[in-house]
Amino acid sequence: MAEAVDYRYVGTSPVRPDGVDKVTGRAQFGADQNLPNMLHGSVLRSPHAHARIKSVDVSKALAMDGVHAAVSGADFPSVQSGEVGGEGGGDVADIAKNVMARDKALYHGHAVAAVAATSVEIAERALDAIEVEYEPLPPVLDVVEAMAPDATLLDDNCFTKNLPEKPDKPSNIASVMVLARGDLDAGFEQADVVVEGEYRIPMAHQGYIEPHACTATVNEEGKATVWCCTQGHFEFRAMTSKILNWKIGDLKFIASEIGGGFGGKTVVYLEPVAVLLSKHAGRPVKMVMSREEVFRATGPTSGSVCRVKIGAQNDGKITAAKAWLAYEAGAFAGAPVMPGAMSIFAPYEIENFLVEGHDVLVNKPKVAAYRAPGAPQAMHAFEVALDDIARQIGMDPLDLRMVNAADEGTQAPYGPKFPAIGFKACIEAAKKHPNYTKPVPEGAGRGVAAGFWFNIGMQSSAEVRINEDGTVIVMEGNPDIGGSRASMGLMAAETLGVPYEQVKTYIGDTESTGFCNVTGGSRTTFATGLAVVQACEDIIAQCKSRAAATWGMDDDQVEWQDGQAVPAPGVNADVSPLSLADIAASAPKTGGPILGRASLNAQGAGASFSVNFGDLKVDPETGAVEVLSFTGIQDAGKAIHPAFVEGQMQGGAAQGLGWALNEEYIYDADGVMENAGFLDYRVPVASDLPMIDTQIVEVPNPSHPYGVRGVGETPIVAPLAVASNAVRDATGVRINDLPLSPPRILAALSND
Amino acid sequence: MGEFAYVAPRSVADAVGVLQDHANNGRRAQVLAGGTDLLVQLRGLDKAPRTIVDVKKIEETNRLDIGGDEIYIGAAIPSAILNENEELKSLLPGLIESADLIGSTQIQGRASLGGNLCNSSPAADTIPAMIADRGICVIAGSGGEREVPVEDFCTGVGTNVMTGDEFLLGLKFPRPPANTGDAYLRFIPRTEMDIAVAGAGVSVTLDGSGTCTAARVGIGAVAPTPLLVADAAAALVGTTVDDEALAAAGAACSAAASPITDKRGTVEYRRKVVAVLCRRAGAIARDRALAA
Repeated sequence: MAEAVDYRYVGTSPVRPDGVDKVTGRAQFGADQNLPNMLHGSVLRSPHAHARIKSVDVSKALAMDGVHAAVSGADFPSVQSGEVGGEGGGDVADIAKNVMARDKALYHGHAVAAVAATSVEIAERALDAIEVEYEPLPPVLDVVEAMAPDATLLDDNCFTKNLPEKPDKPSNIASVMVLARGDLDAGFEQADVVVEGEYRIPMAHQGYIEPHACTATVNEEGKATVWCCTQGHFEFRAMTSKILNWKIGDLKFIASEIGGGFGGKTVVYLEPVAVLLSKHAGRPVKMVMSREEVFRATGPTSGSVCRVKIGAQNDGKITAAKAWLAYEAGAFAGAPVMPGAMSIFAPYEIENFLVEGHDVLVNKPKVAAYRAPGAPQAMHAFEVALDDIARQIGMDPLDLRMVNAADEGTQAPYGPKFPAIGFKACIEAAKKHPNYTKPVPEGAGRGVAAGFWFNIGMQSSAEVRINEDGTVIVMEGNPDIGGSRASMGLMAAETLGVPYEQVKTYIGDTESTGFCNVTGGSRTTFATGLAVVQACEDIIAQCKSRAAATWGMDDDQVEWQDGQAVPAPGVNADVSPLSLADIAASAPKTGGPILGRASLNAQGAGASFSVNFGDLKVDPETGAVEVLSFTGIQDAGKAIHPAFVEGQMQGGAAQGLGWALNEEYIYDADGVMENAGFLDYRVPVASDLPMIDTQIVEVPNPSHPYGVRGVGETPIVAPLAVASNAVRDATGVRINDLPLSPPRILAALSND
Repeated sequence: MGEFAYVAPRSVADAVGVLQDHANNGRRAQVLAGGTDLLVQLRGLDKAPRTIVDVKKIEETNRLDIGGDEIYIGAAIPSAILNENEELKSLLPGLIESADLIGSTQIQGRASLGGNLCNSSPAADTIPAMIADRGICVIAGSGGEREVPVEDFCTGVGTNVMTGDEFLLGLKFPRPPANTGDAYLRFIPRTEMDIAVAGAGVSVTLDGSGTCTAARVGIGAVAPTPLLVADAAAALVGTTVDDEALAAAGAACSAAASPITDKRGTVEYRRKVVAVLCRRAGAIARDRALAA
């Protein structure tokens, strides 16, 4: 591990700068934008999970008093196929058809038409007046059945990608992928024990508290302004531009405050519709989803079937590992099966492995990113099977993971060699943690699992402006979901050497700051943070230059120390240091306002590993599970704001445990979701969980000046297997599938 | 939200008059107490116009009498008021616990026993507890007042015995004799903010030797209506409400249940769990009777 560095501001946990406005209700969220003459837009949604749309007639709706616009798929341009990258990525032609169905409705709740009217009530009545002729088709709901050669097809033009030869028949399998190394058969032959299992997990939703909302206004010149809650307004602008075939320059996007996203707000649903309605109506249009619409028509994460086989020696060494993954993409290609396949073995050094992934179309909403997309499902399967290996060879589950742990120099299953990583440090910290050394409480079981996420870099921009009094404005373009304003402010304060309280961070709109990719992939503190640090370094260079000019020195005779320009060591000069405030005050005489900037495509996002464990108690008569304690240990590289890092770890644990214990999309035979509300889609309530204990491990990322690794996604990965393994430990019965709902547990205990 | 008119009669006669007028003219009227179910329905798919008849302004729906023989609880009294009534809590702790399970603290400022009963959900938490405590519904209508035992009130999912010109005035309970205890337990997958997958209310009266002389068992969420389970009560009477008797009572509940499989639980699960809840609630009721 690198030596600890003492920082003045980095590593402290000040209150969040946006906190006061959020707790007093002043903060503007997606639904809070109101404009004069504004209309309300509503969406007509398919009552069928799978149907051909023979015709859509909006004329009767348009004729109603108070209705100013009505659109359906025919009003949207046809969009050329083409990939859009990033966490909200996919084929833009598919995103366009997801925003508004054209020839087919592919899931119950798929948008078919939309209206804009003077009130929500009139808009809803107008939806009833739209005439749609459907030809219902059998819904395809089970991922394995969807893969069968004779399955009903969602898309007659879907030919499985990445096969050696283009298949002659279409299929619901949109693509396959394989990662392999070594000799699998030889590996299994060396094994003393082999564990094999199939693990099923249904779709789960991110469950962000704020539903999707936007307001769009198109003026007489055809220029649009859109206010929306989003994880990335630049990408929303790009997608809207492609879906409507509008110029990027004619679209201005302003991100509101955001009430949670977790990956689910990286993709457009309402925005292109609101822009089109506003253009037709000549008035602003606001659209706000209901919670039911959020569940039925926005992307959850994939339901999955994972088959895993692990061979190991009695000393714990894994000799071979094989995995077969089938992920539900929903209505359009793009399940996160690739990251699932890339992450499943990532924490371990395994010589012989094979993983096959399948991206499968089913008549359910198109999945969207959800916190470490794809990793929780696959890694649940592997970490559960690994737990069974530990039981069979009688080894502590942490010791088993240490025997196989990846370290600096290990070649990751997905290709590159790891630089410095913190997995072993996490295992060591877990082994010593008082929650691990204490005995398991009576009647409970303990589960252990590892987590991992790659993290990404991507493009970011930042500007730093110095006010006349030396206070600092940081302007960047990443919506603040997890407290990034504070983190940017801390890094700027540290770099410039000025108090944190003198720095304000703003999130600019698409026209007031440089391009930033989404707040996603746990990239913001790393990549946008890097841009902020570089913009501050630009400021420092300019300040040194101005001080040098003031003192009649060369630039290289000035240094920046503790927020002041001082003569470099050995430079003999009788001058007083010049603070940032001094230099700002004299800026008119030294070249004008001080403005620093940086833009980059960040490389070297450090992977973040974790070890989680928890003690869970099972009521053998009802199957109810109580989480007695849960401990998350994770490598943050360097925690810029430790309280927010802990918050990410606790939030991820809460979501992971909810997914493990009770959350699931429940469908009837017609493909209608039966639990499209928070009453029966059971995210944990506060009283369901204990305080989640956390320990931050810091193995600095060599690619960031302060050592930052992304921390937001890894925390959701391990809790699924922790819960499974703890329930196994408590009951003696292995339940492969999730969620571990009371009926499933009681049924399993009864069969024993 | 659908269109509606609103009236708030001050007397039973006025309320009955409004209801009768609507019934006779084929117009739709819905009675509002706390509104915690009705307001949610108003935002739902059924947007047909209706008249909301607020009965909270009527004296009889707000009266709380704790008499020597009988307890009367007005149908519109918010459960928050019941929860804070120490005398009621010591007399019928199981009933008050069931009322404390309706919604959240904020919702309980409005939610009432009467509303919970008239909504007639099979999963209503207070109904099995009211059945166990021998509750009687006092119903006002154009023909005057009539009384119906709580276990006979619900006729199906969301339906009950009241006709279009009737509304619920209040609930009567016999004041529990000495050495009586009651309890209500439900099962939900979470710790709060959820709807019962199964529920059981039990009341037992013991004699000086600890032998059960009278018992009542009500169960919920395991049949189209909450049920009085006479066989479960019979299994307890004459025993000391020991583990064996409780197991027999639980088995009677399983046998009486005719549950469905839905998003909240399976047939098998509900049958098993209603027995567990009966046993556990019975043990609490017994311990309360012994301590009373």
